[in-house]
Amino acid sequence: MISATDLRLTFGKGTPLENPALRGMSLTVNQGEFVTVIGSNGAGKSTFLNALAGEVMVDSGKIIVDNQDVTKLPTHKRAGRVARVFQDPLAGTCEGLTIEENLALAIKRGQRRGLTAAVKKEYMERFRSSLSSLKLGLENRLGDKMGLLSGGQRQAVSLLMASLTPSAILLLDEHTAALDPKTAAFVLELTTQIIEEQKLTALMVTHSMKQALEVGDRTVMLHQGEVVFDIEGEKREGLEVKDLLGLFEKQRGLEIDDDSLLLD
Amino acid sequence: MLSDIALYGAIETGLIYGLVAFGIYISFRVLDFPDLTVDGSFPLGAAVAAMLILAGWNPWIATGAAILAGMAAGAVTALLNVKLNILNLLASILTMIALYSVNLRIMGRPNVALLTEETVLTPWYDLGLAYHQVPVVLFVIVVLVSLILLWRFMKSETGLAMRATGANARMARAQGIATGGMIVLGVALSNGLVGLAGALFAQSQGAADVTMGVGVIVIGLASLIGGEAVITPSTVVRALIACVAGAIIYRLAIAFALNAEFLGLQSQDLNLITAVLVTLAIVLPGVRTSVAAKLTRKKA
Repeated sequence: MISATDLRLTFGKGTPLENPALRGMSLTVNQGEFVTVIGSNGAGKSTFLNALAGEVMVDSGKIIVDNQDVTKLPTHKRAGRVARVFQDPLAGTCEGLTIEENLALAIKRGQRRGLTAAVKKEYMERFRSSLSSLKLGLENRLGDKMGLLSGGQRQAVSLLMASLTPSAILLLDEHTAALDPKTAAFVLELTTQIIEEQKLTALMVTHSMKQALEVGDRTVMLHQGEVVFDIEGEKREGLEVKDLLGLFEKQRGLEIDDDSLLLD
Repeated sequence: MLSDIALYGAIETGLIYGLVAFGIYISFRVLDFPDLTVDGSFPLGAAVAAMLILAGWNPWIATGAAILAGMAAGAVTALLNVKLNILNLLASILTMIALYSVNLRIMGRPNVALLTEETVLTPWYDLGLAYHQVPVVLFVIVVLVSLILLWRFMKSETGLAMRATGANARMARAQGIATGGMIVLGVALSNGLVGLAGALFAQSQGAADVTMGVGVIVIGLASLIGGEAVITPSTVVRALIACVAGAIIYRLAIAFALNAEFLGLQSQDLNLITAVLVTLAIVLPGVRTSVAAKLTRKKA
């Protein structure tokens, strides 16, 4: 379980570029829930995710992960509980390292690292079987450099790496946005499959309203650094993009001017 | 042609600079941390080892102390960068400058002679080898042991975390790696190797001198880049072998250049030759690819 209470964060405080990114964000994600997060550019989606991961420190508010207050902890001290897939397919893996070395890094996420060999024989069976579930033939390419893989393949491996060890929450930051439509669909399907199979708690930021409604079991919309609506269960069933827009306008008395939310 | 003594001398210094190149491989290549501390930690290692040997310490323990001193110097540079957010290059220049004073303090004078002292080399002269071969034999062993240890380390969990830190720090943090700690450990390790090189250099040359570090960074880089041009560093072990090969090739090239009388070069031209060699080593691979690209374009 993860809960964020009244998060506030302003970038460039006291400068002409002052930008309040989070203005009292609160959200609680329960065990086993798969929440999709939408919002236009500048709504604070990425900042919220970065705050949960520890990449940015909030000015005020509280972040609790599995009953522990992690508000002040840096990224690497939260990593044992918070798994992450980045938007940039190249950001989640090291291209100079081999596939097996990347997986070996991930299998130790948040744990002590010692002086024994990083790539151990006993990992191989697991690496092979999880890679073969991707159906990309990567299980036979364990010794290949990550840089030889395409963006989509690398994103699929990133996803695998994030789910290799248990976590309190899996953060997905528009992780299909930089991929071509076919690959994006593949990675999204893989995402839902992994989350379902391992019963993961996940928070997925997306730019597409359609995607936000299609996957997961709860949808949250952010606007100007706070939650404007939060729907789940029956209310969410059968909801379409135009209903979401209506909901948003009703809540805010605003019209959505960001075309990219309506496309696709 | 080179005389036997000049040939062995070149290999001997090449092996020592191979250790320096290991250090520079860790900072420049593994961590992507341009570290100039080595110009200070090389004479630091020499000074510490020399003074302890003069004080009657066992030369191997004195050499070990030189490694620790080098590591401390590297740790200072890394902490200036990690904790105080000073640009890495600048942090290393600060430590390098400070070390000049520290080294003078340690020795109490600009240079110290070791000619009559017992060094790590002394017992090896009784083995019946020619006088100029002894350092080569011992240094080959030291370099091999360092290479194997370093290779094992880079393949370990901690070593892999260090490589991830240099390659993709954001990803490393997301995997729970304390990237700041890895930088401190890596830069310390790097300068520990350079301290070792300085200690061995002082013992084989019979003296430690406060100015002996000038240009060590450039020679180390020349070795690293030259070695990479000869042996593609596609794996850790290949990269480490490239360091040693590059250092020995570099020293041999210098020895030949100074020996070739028709070139009219003298020993004071050493730094100029080094700069030219480094420039060539950096530029040539690029020229090769662009020429190859032009050739294939013509064919097509």
